[in-house]
Amino acid sequence: MQDALFYLFAFLTLGFGLMVFANPFSLNPVTSAMFLVLTIGSLAGLFVLLHAFFLAAVQVLVYAGAVMVLFLFVIMLLDLKEEARRKFRRVAVGAGLISVGAIIWIFLTSLSQTRLTGSQPPTLEGGTIPLGKLLFTNYLLPFEIVSLLLLVAMVGVVLLSKKDLR
Amino acid sequence: MHVGLEHYLVVSGLLFCLGLLGVIVRRNLLVIYMSLELMLNAANLALVAFSRFNNNLDGQVFVFFIVTVAAAEVSVGLALIVALYRTHRTAHVEDLTTMKL
Repeated sequence: MQDALFYLFAFLTLGFGLMVFANPFSLNPVTSAMFLVLTIGSLAGLFVLLHAFFLAAVQVLVYAGAVMVLFLFVIMLLDLKEEARRKFRRVAVGAGLISVGAIIWIFLTSLSQTRLTGSQPPTLEGGTIPLGKLLFTNYLLPFEIVSLLLLVAMVGVVLLSKKDLR
Repeated sequence: MHVGLEHYLVVSGLLFCLGLLGVIVRRNLLVIYMSLELMLNAANLALVAFSRFNNNLDGQVFVFFIVTVAAAEVSVGLALIVALYRTHRTAHVEDLTTMKL
């Protein structure tokens, strides 16, 4: 049952991920944003299968709920109309396919030649309490630095969106 | 066959390569940025899979920080794109040739 769910979510994730940039429906970036939201949702399903429940919730809340909404706000703000000249340059598509195919080939070859499964069966439960304990004891310094990073990002955004730097 | 670590890593690798293909092929700034987010998500999946199969919770803490940093980065990047659009009135990568030789 869990294997069937894994294959379903993996297929959905890869399918929606492909549709983010290669959808045959419309040339609008809103379509890509919608497919990215669906990809993030199916990725949250994969996180649940890996028993990372807190991260699945964080993924849906923060990534799909805040980051993608920010993307859609900006797309709506920019009001792009001239996406009509989407001509795929053949050289770029060919070179992209060749290089990405080479990366996939290297990755699959190296994966098939290593023994990955550890000795003990997986028993890790990524709940909120163990993660919170680890976050506030071992990783306290990165936690505080990340809060400072968010402050810096906010100041940067306010500065970058000023009309005239006076 | 039973789903192990390799399956999750293959999914993560393929998702990363899809994001890379999206960055190379598409010419709209916003879609390029969305493919970049796809690559970040693929790395998140790989980290969570390793954390589960090695019984170590540090991978999930790392993913927590990656999600936070990605949110900050997206906000700054989108502010940059909006500022760029205000001056150049375009969101197409091929029109931004100021730094070309």
